[in-house]
Amino acid sequence: MPRRNLVLLGGIIILAAVAIWVDLPTNPGIHIHLGPIQVDREVKVHQGLDLQGGMQVLLEADVPPDESVDRQAIANAKAIIEKRVDGLGVSEPLIQLQGTRRIIVELPGLKNPEEAIAAFGKTGLLEFIHAGNIYMPPGSLVQTTEEVATPSVEATPTATVEVTPTLTATIAITPTATVTPTATITATEPLGPTPTPERIFETIMTGRNLKSANLTVDDYNQTQIAFALDEEGTRIFADYTARNVGQVMCIVLDKEVVSCATVKDVISRGEVLLTREGGFTPAEAESIVIRLRYGALPIPLRVETHREVGPTLGEDSVRKSTLAGTIGLSMVVAFMLIYYRLPGLLADLALGIYAAVVFALFKLIPVVLTLAGIAGFILSVGMAVDANILIFERLKEELRAGKGLHQAVEQGFSRAWPSIRDSNFSTLITCVILFWLGSYFGASIVKGFALTLAIGVLVSMFTAIIVTRTFLRLVMHLGIVKTHWWFGV
Amino acid sequence: MLDIVSKRYWCFLISALVIIPGVISLVLFGLPLSIDFTSGSLLEIAFEEGRRPQPGEVKELLGDYGLDEVSVQTSSDPVTGSEFLLIRTVPIDSQKKSEIEAAIEERFAPIIDELRFESIGARVSMETTRRALYAIGLASIAILLYICWAFRHVPNPVRFGTCATIATIHDVLVVVGVVAILGRLRGWEVDALFLTALLTVIGFSVHDTIVVFDRIRENMKRRAGEPIESIVNHSIIQTLDRSLNTELGVLFTLTALILFGGVTIHVFAFTLLIGIVSATYCSIFNASPLLVEWERRPERLLYALSFILPPVGIVVGLYSLLRGGSKVLAKGCLLAAGLGVATIVALFFLRRVIA
Repeated sequence: MPRRNLVLLGGIIILAAVAIWVDLPTNPGIHIHLGPIQVDREVKVHQGLDLQGGMQVLLEADVPPDESVDRQAIANAKAIIEKRVDGLGVSEPLIQLQGTRRIIVELPGLKNPEEAIAAFGKTGLLEFIHAGNIYMPPGSLVQTTEEVATPSVEATPTATVEVTPTLTATIAITPTATVTPTATITATEPLGPTPTPERIFETIMTGRNLKSANLTVDDYNQTQIAFALDEEGTRIFADYTARNVGQVMCIVLDKEVVSCATVKDVISRGEVLLTREGGFTPAEAESIVIRLRYGALPIPLRVETHREVGPTLGEDSVRKSTLAGTIGLSMVVAFMLIYYRLPGLLADLALGIYAAVVFALFKLIPVVLTLAGIAGFILSVGMAVDANILIFERLKEELRAGKGLHQAVEQGFSRAWPSIRDSNFSTLITCVILFWLGSYFGASIVKGFALTLAIGVLVSMFTAIIVTRTFLRLVMHLGIVKTHWWFGV
Repeated sequence: MLDIVSKRYWCFLISALVIIPGVISLVLFGLPLSIDFTSGSLLEIAFEEGRRPQPGEVKELLGDYGLDEVSVQTSSDPVTGSEFLLIRTVPIDSQKKSEIEAAIEERFAPIIDELRFESIGARVSMETTRRALYAIGLASIAILLYICWAFRHVPNPVRFGTCATIATIHDVLVVVGVVAILGRLRGWEVDALFLTALLTVIGFSVHDTIVVFDRIRENMKRRAGEPIESIVNHSIIQTLDRSLNTELGVLFTLTALILFGGVTIHVFAFTLLIGIVSATYCSIFNASPLLVEWERRPERLLYALSFILPPVGIVVGLYSLLRGGSKVLAKGCLLAAGLGVATIVALFFLRRVIA
């Protein structure tokens, strides 16, 4: 027996040491480079929105409830929002699809929520600009006379948006003029932003005047993009092209050049064909059409739910709940020590290991800590103590019944086990249901609570059964403990 | 030795004294549901000491923006002296919120901080409500099945399962009832966090009951032949130290949370506290004595059930009459059911009078 206990003690010490190492605020993260094994992980506490402040927005496809939403379209919308959010400079944004018609956006620590809402709430700004005699490669960032609608600046082309072309070009358009771009769009290659800082280009017209945009295929089987303008747009465009034959015109989306072309003739019928030497790939063209059609989002989205927590409230919550946790835990530790004496002391040690392991798991998994999560953790401490109390009460009973110390300890554990198992199992059932509830409507607050409570319950069973028992057995073997006083009997 | 089982009616009475006012308040005023379930917007803003506008003034201002159904609450931080306004309206977007804030600053005083802003649309809130009800129902059924399974080797496992479920319903009623009263008196709200607290109480309640039932299960084997009163009472006494000490441990942590844990978590921690005190009380004084009652005077349980769920009483009563069963039992059931119906009618009548 002693040998087995020593092995267990060794295991417990190693576990505690690893857990404490992970818990250290200065933990450098895990970096293992051993041949094929490459692990690089940052180890840190992930704070939820209610702790560090920030905002959560639930966007829903703004279509009638009975109309289904194209999976690809909503996935594209998500990809576009991700890129726009990147432009806001938020650290650790979280953008998730939820079901088939919703997108959750979580932006922790955000200072200016209005700006963010504007960035993905509104559709993108499409402009036709007058570039004079300058050709700009696609992907260039420009400044225009049109007011800035979105602060987000996309620095990379939308090559990541993959679209399977479903549109086969059928709409017959007789172009009165063809805009032939001389700049080649290579959307598959990442194009760095070419700064053209000083110059502010004149906006000829915006996407408001666009009636439709479609894919077409010409006689040589080249993919083209055809778009039709409304009345006002037709007039503006005719005027412009009449005055600027031989000049360069660019199509700009959210201040990023999509394509530039030389005006060859007057365009007066309000129908424009966008072509390119060598043609667009169908996927590229589809992606541009989507952006032309909807600004930037392939489907209209509406803000369904919106939560914001100011950073002061969050800080306040962290400070206060940490204080509350410390006070509560100290009282529990003191109580255990006074009431149960020697086993109490050992249980307190086990409780220390318990707290270290749980916190290490929070950092490793990682669990996003919310206020409810902290509450779940504090509550699970209560449950952890309960397992110990169940065992010690049994132990005392056995001692009072006249059993020897060794026998009493063993029976205390084995008799208390069914109660611990059954009662904790029912808590775990509740946790699973809470988790399911929380993962549905984006109430990460409920989910966080369920997860922390479940981790707490599982670890508490381990510490009560393995850690406390090993400690107790070893102390018995040391032979210091001779009287029942040590057990509070 | 302390004899709890023989004083069980006093124990039931104490529970009734807590639950009945809560249920009355629930029927009369309803649950104070938050925007998580009803949809709407919530805005909390801070002002410097002494510069906060009056709720009436703010309501008037919001009226200019077409927001008529508005509630405005005030609170303050005694340490920093900041004063807060909590505004609830129908759902508004962040643009409208900015307009309102600008108008408040223009007319009254500068807003020094925006603590939180939440806006929840009707569709999400409806789904949340539906999911919440599913969750509670599912949790109860899953736990009931689990208990029946855990006690499958004991005679009458369904009895144990049912008594544990009644104990759980007891705790839910205590929590919901107390919150309904406090919602009326102190403006508490039932939100997603409350739901979390409630489900935790359900888990804890079963946890506590199982520990006592587990001892009864064990003692039934060891002390076979003894009357059930003595077995149950013994089991309660044997687990009493454990029940109280665990309660004490949880009380320490929850009290600390309530006292020092900040505003956001205050209602949550308090709800948990109510529920956990109720769960411990119920596991000692109600759940196990109920087992005895079921063994000795099952008809009384039937009367109680008939009162709470009159259809059950009517069905059992009529069945008993028509099939020539016990006339006393039938009369009792029908009487209890009648009383139950009368109480429900009276409560709803009162509700209409108040409204």
